[in-house]
Amino acid sequence: MGSHAERKQSFISKYVFSKDHKVIGIQFLLTSFVSLLIGGALAMAIRWQLAYPWQEVPIIGKWLFPESGGTVTPEFYATLVTMHGTVMIFFVIIPFLVGAFGNFLIPLQIGARDMAFPTLNMLSYWFYVPAFIVAMTGFFVEGNAAAAGWTSYPPLSVINPQGQDFWLISILIVGSSSLMGAVNYVTTIVNMRAPGLGFFRLPMTIWALLITAILILIATPVLTAAGIMLLFDRTMGTCFFIPKGLVISGEPYAHAGGGQPLLWQHLFWFYSHPAVYIMILPAMGIASDIISTFSRKPLFGYRPMVYSICAIAGLGCIVWGHHMFQSGMNPVLGMTFMTSTMLIALPSAIKTFNWLGTLWGGKIHFTSAMCNALAFVSMFVIGGLSGIFMAATNVDIYIHDTYFIVGHIHYVLFGGSMFAIFAGIYYWFPKMFGRAMNEFWGKVHFVLTFIFFNGTFFVFHILGVGGMMRRIADATQYTYLQHLQPLNVFASISSFGLGLVQVIFVLNFFSSLFFGKRAEANHWKANTLEWADTPSPPPHGNFDVIPTVYRGPYEYSSPLVKEDWLPQSRKLAETAGAGRH
Amino acid sequence: MFNCLRIRFSVPLISSLLLAVSFSEAGIVSGTATFDGTVPTMKAIKMDSDPYCALQHTQSLFKETVIVGENGSLKNVFVYVKSSEELDAMIENGEITAPTAPVVMDQKGCHYEPHVFGIMVGQPLEIRNSDQTLHNVHAMPKQGGAFNIGMPGKPEPWSINKAFKVKEIMVPIKCDVHSWMSSFAGVLDHPFYSVTDAQGKFEIKDLPPGDYVIEAWHEKLGTSEQTVTVADGAPVAISFVFTKPAAEASEA
Amino acid sequence: MIKKFGIIPALAGTLFASDSAWAAKYTAWWLPDNVSTFGTQVDKTFYIILAITTVIFFLVEATLLTFLIKYRNREGQKAKFIHGHHTLEIVWTIIPAAILVWLAFYQRGSWAEIKQNFPAEKDAFVVETSGQQFEWHFNYAGPDQQFGTADDIETINQLHVPVEKPVLLKISSKDVIHSFFLPEFRLKQDAVPGLVIPAWFKPLKTGVFDVACAELCGLGHYRMRGFLNVYTQSDLDTKLSELAQETEEEDIWE
Repeated sequence: MGSHAERKQSFISKYVFSKDHKVIGIQFLLTSFVSLLIGGALAMAIRWQLAYPWQEVPIIGKWLFPESGGTVTPEFYATLVTMHGTVMIFFVIIPFLVGAFGNFLIPLQIGARDMAFPTLNMLSYWFYVPAFIVAMTGFFVEGNAAAAGWTSYPPLSVINPQGQDFWLISILIVGSSSLMGAVNYVTTIVNMRAPGLGFFRLPMTIWALLITAILILIATPVLTAAGIMLLFDRTMGTCFFIPKGLVISGEPYAHAGGGQPLLWQHLFWFYSHPAVYIMILPAMGIASDIISTFSRKPLFGYRPMVYSICAIAGLGCIVWGHHMFQSGMNPVLGMTFMTSTMLIALPSAIKTFNWLGTLWGGKIHFTSAMCNALAFVSMFVIGGLSGIFMAATNVDIYIHDTYFIVGHIHYVLFGGSMFAIFAGIYYWFPKMFGRAMNEFWGKVHFVLTFIFFNGTFFVFHILGVGGMMRRIADATQYTYLQHLQPLNVFASISSFGLGLVQVIFVLNFFSSLFFGKRAEANHWKANTLEWADTPSPPPHGNFDVIPTVYRGPYEYSSPLVKEDWLPQSRKLAETAGAGRH
Repeated sequence: MFNCLRIRFSVPLISSLLLAVSFSEAGIVSGTATFDGTVPTMKAIKMDSDPYCALQHTQSLFKETVIVGENGSLKNVFVYVKSSEELDAMIENGEITAPTAPVVMDQKGCHYEPHVFGIMVGQPLEIRNSDQTLHNVHAMPKQGGAFNIGMPGKPEPWSINKAFKVKEIMVPIKCDVHSWMSSFAGVLDHPFYSVTDAQGKFEIKDLPPGDYVIEAWHEKLGTSEQTVTVADGAPVAISFVFTKPAAEASEA
Repeated sequence: MIKKFGIIPALAGTLFASDSAWAAKYTAWWLPDNVSTFGTQVDKTFYIILAITTVIFFLVEATLLTFLIKYRNREGQKAKFIHGHHTLEIVWTIIPAAILVWLAFYQRGSWAEIKQNFPAEKDAFVVETSGQQFEWHFNYAGPDQQFGTADDIETINQLHVPVEKPVLLKISSKDVIHSFFLPEFRLKQDAVPGLVIPAWFKPLKTGVFDVACAELCGLGHYRMRGFLNVYTQSDLDTKLSELAQETEEEDIWE
């Protein structure tokens, strides 16, 4: 081996249909930016409508909604919430965390030259792109894109216009993309680790990605099956989810019977609850790496951290019923799911305490990456704690389907996953592109995002406690919600600020590509293989010589060396290795 | 089956008809629709499900299923040319185009105005919401082109333009938020239709000379048809008499 | 005839006119006042969890901030070389676990009371409730106390119930999934087509309250709004006999 010298490649095979995991990772990253822009724009429209119901959307309203004189229509509002959720979950957070970081980091951090199946890897990206295009095509068909919520509960999702078909097909394709990626990740991590790199010497990011990939393999086929059933219900009249006697707007539904709407909810949440962990576990891994690096201190409780990830994944597969406490499911099942749900808070708590333990006694460098990782920890705490309210079945009766839930999920997915994504981008940008992002603008972006994020989403909890239902287009319709309207206005103005300050990030990202400070090979003086053993950016084939690993990834401030870092691959002459791992 | 009743036109006559695009010598078919029998009582509409609607009326609105006036005059009967070879030819030749002026359907006081109307395929239907409450306009044609649009209440009346794609007698339009609201659209590919007024009168104008099958449609009382011949410029008078439908009669 | 029916909109009018007074009871950006018997238990659990999570939140965030300030990067400072602490791990596993398990057991009784232990039909005021795009239909047994007979009373978006007596709802849906939500009664139950799901509550006071739909059911979801009217038993009887009379009058050929 070792003959990794740059081969002559055409532009297309090098940058478009590339089989190089680094290029594929960057492709996922850049495409996810586009999705993020679209998902964010949808969110802005939602917030405009909630703050100023049925008023003309400024600037673009007349162009977007010529029919209604520039205002959002009720049916388009349903499309907005549906597509915002769909885009953000399936086309932003999962591709960022699993697609971009997963592809870029796995071979580099385990000391492999590439993924186990490079062609499958390329296909995984080239399934993701058409899936996104199909999802977006929905906006241009009769009756607009899907409007049954990202959860697509039948019968609504069966009787809605054809945009729903595009949604389903898109989900089937993106699910296949996920599966291809996951097979690759598991195979690569299990089989292709560098010599000496035992499982308990893996960086937390890799551990998280491994468990995430296993979760994807367990859960995604169920969603795929359910999606095909729903598609059959829509196109062939199979009625898997349609009970007898359905009457739509006074007209009996043709050949209704034999189906059960709750079946979809079980199948959907069997995927979608683990999907929440698919979206948070890699974020936890990234945060662990970054916090340890910039505290210049070993990760506190490495093994408990690993066990926590495994526990989250295990419990994550048996808690889906907590989305269905009010669905009409047997209340006895509610008790069961409540207990497992209460327990899943535990590993998350353990992880939080260990992050605090890592910070304790450290030498903390407040880089942009570190600031975002710390924001991840503090915001994830809120998202985790608010989850306990929903786990309590009797409190859930009241707050289920209210803005409390919306607030909770945004603290987990924006406060958690998105801050970790920002952190990861600041952290690995030098390795990806050979230049570092601007630290000053990174911090400006961080501070503003942090403020506007809380201004937007903390308010959601109060709206939820006030009883405001999710997915309603106009809260002023209800007597008991009218006095909450100032809060909606406040949240909306914050959200516009939140959207606006992302421009800083985008500008910083793209200007740093060309004008950023040149990055050193080990830009952050970190221990893991991608920093210690290969230049920035790494060449085709990643490593000159495959490194041998002598210790765990977090041996910062080790007394064995005078620097405060000790790469995994450095052989120490006097001892046979150091550290416990 | 009406083809057999029809007098066959000679070729020169047809061609002269085709030239009569200006309808300068067109005729009028007019008359009345009446109801024969015990006049049913229309129930008052209960609007308490949306207090806004109830507030718009100092007196109850009544259902509009069967509205019978003096001497049995029947309102809201849709009278239209059901078939005619002359018209078919004109349509085929593209001599009849939909007007660009819209038909207006207003939603006011949680009530459709008009309750029955005619419209041409492709002609704009201006759906107005004069109420400050949500209406959804759910048009349910059987031949395709159904639409369901939500029109939230705004401080000022506002409207949306829609159009029907296929001819159909009749397309029901309803509001799922206020289940008492209903309207019927007669969608045609020609402009020869009329709706009876409170006096039960209808008038189909500008008909070129020829033979026509005229149908009268009523939402509850069914349909009835007659064949008429329109000569150059001469008015034709016909009348339709409706009776209680058999199902209701047996109940009573 | 007109005069007689004119009273209906007039009644509804007064209902709407009292809206402003009704709205006046909502001022706090917080839980609306509870008016159901089991609601107090729900609120209590809510406040207990709020207290626990608030304490944990401030402890964690304060610790975080303290560490960030105390261990910020300074000249000559060296980070501790520590990989973990066994006892600490056990402590911060056992304590949260104990709290969570306690919580799980604590709120079981309340859940069972609301969703499992329904009042007997003979002791309760029974209403068949059905959602459809975009209205709530309520069906009462009528004078003969039997459902499915000619004298059943149907109302749309107006639910009439007695105070201080259990109300048993049999919730269903004609088309898509809706969710029957009474915010002030801390009650929510999805209405699923093909299923009849029971739900109950016992109002503590008379008045008019909102009925909401909490599950996306289409374009009219945001205003699939009903009204819950809680009367004293005698007022309810009057109301129902009025409605029964109207029902009789509906048998007009139309």
